[in-house]
Amino acid sequence: MAIALVLVLVVIGSVLFHVLSPWWWTPIASNWGYIDSTLVATFWITGAVFSAVVLFMAYCVYRFRHKEGRKAAYEPESKKLESWLTLITAVGVAAMLAPGLYVWGQFVTVPKDATEVEVVAQQWQWSYRLPGADGKLGTSNARLINSDNPLGINPEDPNGQDDVVVEAADLHLPIDKPVKMLLRSIDVLHDFYVPEFRAKMDMVPGMVTYFWFIPTRTGTFEVLCAELCGTGHGFMRGIVMVDTEQDYTSWLQQQSTFAQLTGPAKVGALVDPAKATAKME
Amino acid sequence: MVDVTPHGADLIPPAEVGEMDLYHPHSWWTKYVFSQDAKVIAIQYSGTALAIGLVALVLSWLMRLQLGFPGTFDFITPEAYYQFMTMHGMIMVIYLLTALFLGGFGNYLIPLMVGARDMVFPYVNMLSYWIYLLAVLVLVASFFAPGGPTGAGWTLYPPQAILSGTPGGTGPGIILMLVSLILFIIGFTMGGLNYVVTVLQGRTRGMTLMRLPLTVWGIFTATVMALLAFPALFVACVMMLFDRAIGSSFFMPAIVEMGEQSPHNGGSPIMFQHLFWFFGHPEVYIVALPAFGIVSDLISTHARKNIFGYRMMVWAIVGIGALSFVVWAHHMYVSGMHPYFGFFFATTTLIIAVPTAIKVYNWVLTLWRGDIHLTIPMLFALAFIVTFVNGGLTGLFLGNVVVDVPLSDTMFVVAHFHMVMGVAPIMVVFGAVYHWYPKMTGRMLNEWMGRFHFWVTFIGAYLIFFPMHYVGLVGVPRRYPELGDTAFIPPSVHTLNEFITVAALTVGFAQLVFLFNLFWSIRHGKEAGDNPWRATTLEWQTAGTPPPHGNFGKELPVVYRWAYDYSVPGAPEDFIAQNDPGPATQGGPATRGGPATQGGPATQGGPA
Amino acid sequence: MSAILIFLALVMAVAGWWLARQRLMSKPWLEAGPVNAFPATEASLLHPAKLGLGVFLAVVGALFALFISAYFMRMVYADWQAAPMPWLLWLNTGMLVLASVALQCAVVAAHKGQVDNLRLALLVGALTSVAFLGGQLLAWRDLAANGYFAADNPAVSFFYLITAMHGLHIIGGLLVLGRTNVRAWRGERPAKLTLTTELCAMYWHVLLVVWLVLFAVLAGWAADFVDICRQLLS
Repeated sequence: MAIALVLVLVVIGSVLFHVLSPWWWTPIASNWGYIDSTLVATFWITGAVFSAVVLFMAYCVYRFRHKEGRKAAYEPESKKLESWLTLITAVGVAAMLAPGLYVWGQFVTVPKDATEVEVVAQQWQWSYRLPGADGKLGTSNARLINSDNPLGINPEDPNGQDDVVVEAADLHLPIDKPVKMLLRSIDVLHDFYVPEFRAKMDMVPGMVTYFWFIPTRTGTFEVLCAELCGTGHGFMRGIVMVDTEQDYTSWLQQQSTFAQLTGPAKVGALVDPAKATAKME
Repeated sequence: MVDVTPHGADLIPPAEVGEMDLYHPHSWWTKYVFSQDAKVIAIQYSGTALAIGLVALVLSWLMRLQLGFPGTFDFITPEAYYQFMTMHGMIMVIYLLTALFLGGFGNYLIPLMVGARDMVFPYVNMLSYWIYLLAVLVLVASFFAPGGPTGAGWTLYPPQAILSGTPGGTGPGIILMLVSLILFIIGFTMGGLNYVVTVLQGRTRGMTLMRLPLTVWGIFTATVMALLAFPALFVACVMMLFDRAIGSSFFMPAIVEMGEQSPHNGGSPIMFQHLFWFFGHPEVYIVALPAFGIVSDLISTHARKNIFGYRMMVWAIVGIGALSFVVWAHHMYVSGMHPYFGFFFATTTLIIAVPTAIKVYNWVLTLWRGDIHLTIPMLFALAFIVTFVNGGLTGLFLGNVVVDVPLSDTMFVVAHFHMVMGVAPIMVVFGAVYHWYPKMTGRMLNEWMGRFHFWVTFIGAYLIFFPMHYVGLVGVPRRYPELGDTAFIPPSVHTLNEFITVAALTVGFAQLVFLFNLFWSIRHGKEAGDNPWRATTLEWQTAGTPPPHGNFGKELPVVYRWAYDYSVPGAPEDFIAQNDPGPATQGGPATRGGPATQGGPATQGGPA
Repeated sequence: MSAILIFLALVMAVAGWWLARQRLMSKPWLEAGPVNAFPATEASLLHPAKLGLGVFLAVVGALFALFISAYFMRMVYADWQAAPMPWLLWLNTGMLVLASVALQCAVVAAHKGQVDNLRLALLVGALTSVAFLGGQLLAWRDLAANGYFAADNPAVSFFYLITAMHGLHIIGGLLVLGRTNVRAWRGERPAKLTLTTELCAMYWHVLLVVWLVLFAVLAGWAADFVDICRQLLS
């Protein structure tokens, strides 16, 4: 008997917890509101099923608990009932799957005008590379990594000379511009995870993975690593700042290009990255 | 692998093996230690699994202490935390649940339920246990190895699993882990061959497939899956051993580790993930299907009603088993694999929800118009349904590729898989132990300790894992020993973590009551008799309790009906045993020919 | 993962074919009664050891299908260089074929009760298998002498790994075949050796097929074949 009551309490408690508890996702700061909507729809469908099944069970336990002289019914199956339940389940599953696949289609289709930004992870810090004035990132290779070239950018590749290198510092992104995050790791698996952006992807040494999004809110966001990467995993933090266009431009101007970092006799000369590129060419 | 059957070259169908032909132990050693009797092997498997499971339980307490009260316990460094976490996961999934369901329940129940005297290859069966024990010992040895056990997470993803940034990565820890897994797989394959062939060839006369109890269907299908899935883990482990020991580059790409260029070149970490999850996802169902089967029988027996939709249940088990081989990459949506795979694997994953849901409906519909005895096994079965439905439904979040993106690698995942393949199967394990303990020992488990254990475990486990989903929804990543000062994590999450820790410790201590009960009731439990639950299946119709070597006395039982003849209209009692020929041959013995054997089955199932 | 999926499809086809004959659509609650009503769905008369070996060979098949899957997955990466195939492998393949043929002869001899033929065939089977293993070792030495070591390049690593795995399975089989030989030469009657001889033959046939597939994969013909098929399809 107590169990019937507890089953009802489990349902009520779970629903109340869901509605009343302060624990919910962080306010979104990207274009992936669709992901949130799909998630909420899934919550509604699954919540309804959970409540229905457990409450039905509670009723059965209450109504058909053993009493002296009770005899159970003999009903091996009911084809009709089972077919209906199968059908309804299939419809419910499709109702969750269809929007999910639709949004996934958007998630994997990077818009043409997206700016590429490279994130390079290593135990246990984040570095970044922006394409510079030519809009193209130079090639890279883990074998080229040394203390002067921590990201392994190919010095032979002209596209790479103007790349802006942000080593172990904060990344800035302009608001409302689509970005394609190119993800690279030089040692183990990592995962570039900013809860407010909703999107995330593992970074795998030896290959370049990606995801895209549009930052929709200015502010400072914390970067965490979401793929176990050794003892420092929990402490591998970084900062992404989403700026207005002006703030972003002024930040960009203070950054150094690959050519500046490696080139001779340019130490101390604060050169505008765009002009530096012009000189290289 | 060959020529180890006790039957020699003569062609005797195992169902016909007479008691005389059976291998007989000659000494205490061969009877209780190097025993070839499936029932003894089952108890050895269960005991070892529970013992190593207790270690994993204690590790989970330590982790929860760290998460609830970070910084309080100096000895739980991040290294130690990752080692606890890895060992906890690996032990629970493989060395406890897989071994307990297949090696423990499989060995005990298959021969009894299909009406066989023993497994068909008893010697191989014995080897299976001893190799399993060796695997466990190698695993335990890694705790004492220099550098400690591996801390790579139970998924053992390279490259970090074999690098210096991970505890045990460059020491013996990871090697012992891989060797232990390889041994486990070899041992399991030996046992698995037995379970499969015994179900196929060892069934007694009249025991057609559609008369098998669902427990046997669940364990059988899970074993077939395990036999085909474990080789993937085997291959992954062997190749990783090569990478670690001789520096080959199967999984290891060119990397710069701590400023040093590694000797590896060109390997693919994602290939490991494919191999791992090709094993890892079927593994979820390898644990779940036996639980599905057992819980069906618990509900049917204790609700005194036939399982609803038996045919559908069988088809669902087989369907889930087959489908579970084409969903593995739903663990890899954000792994960097080709994004178009997401469409395929999300679809297959959500399709598998349909047969799973049907099983849930049929359990609940079995309760409908039943005669529900709220015994402890029944309570655990109800708790299983609640936790399994909860965990299964959150699986729909994680299987639906785009919803998985924000949730993957957060505490939501941790809560989900603990609910669905931790708490739910463990509820079945407990229910099954309370149900079959009387058969194994002849005595009932203590009722009051049992009820205390049930309430604390069920409510406590729900209180641990239900709120944990919301911790993940906030965005807290998994595998973090502490959250530190993180702007988006409100202080209330820390309070919630403290609450979860307290709940976890409480549930943990309730398990000690259960363990105490197991030992206490061997001597002090109530006498059970041959068939305390008045159940239909053959294991309750044995010659004596606990069943002797050979299980069924002189004559094997003959099966006349399916396993769910409860509350049949017109029958004098509310159950008819499977070996009861029914009213037509009233008073006749349930065994083939010959007079009723003493204490034999006829007295049990026959009409009074 | 295509190789293992194809293999699994084959296994499932066999399982499905068998299940289809088990009256899974029947309603068992309506069928209480005599035990011999559905003889086809009872346990079959096949010897359990044969079925057990069959199941084990399915597991072995899955194992090698997974190695092949891994091989194909690894092959597409840039650093892949095909490994040289020592000519000795052809000879070894011949040895393994001989072993398989010899064991088939042994089965025939055992059935006919020809003691001398059985002994001879079993011995030839064992010796050619040992020769196969020795040949594989020489092939390894050959590779190593030419400067190909297991860690150098993935194709070579796979060669060592996969041949070692296959060799270990042959060694496992030799333990049983050796025991059968001892029993035969000690004068046990052929009738008593029929089962174990049949099991050995079955095991060797399958390991021969596995080896032929592995040889084709390692030598690169399998990849060429897949390419040709792909071109034909497109």
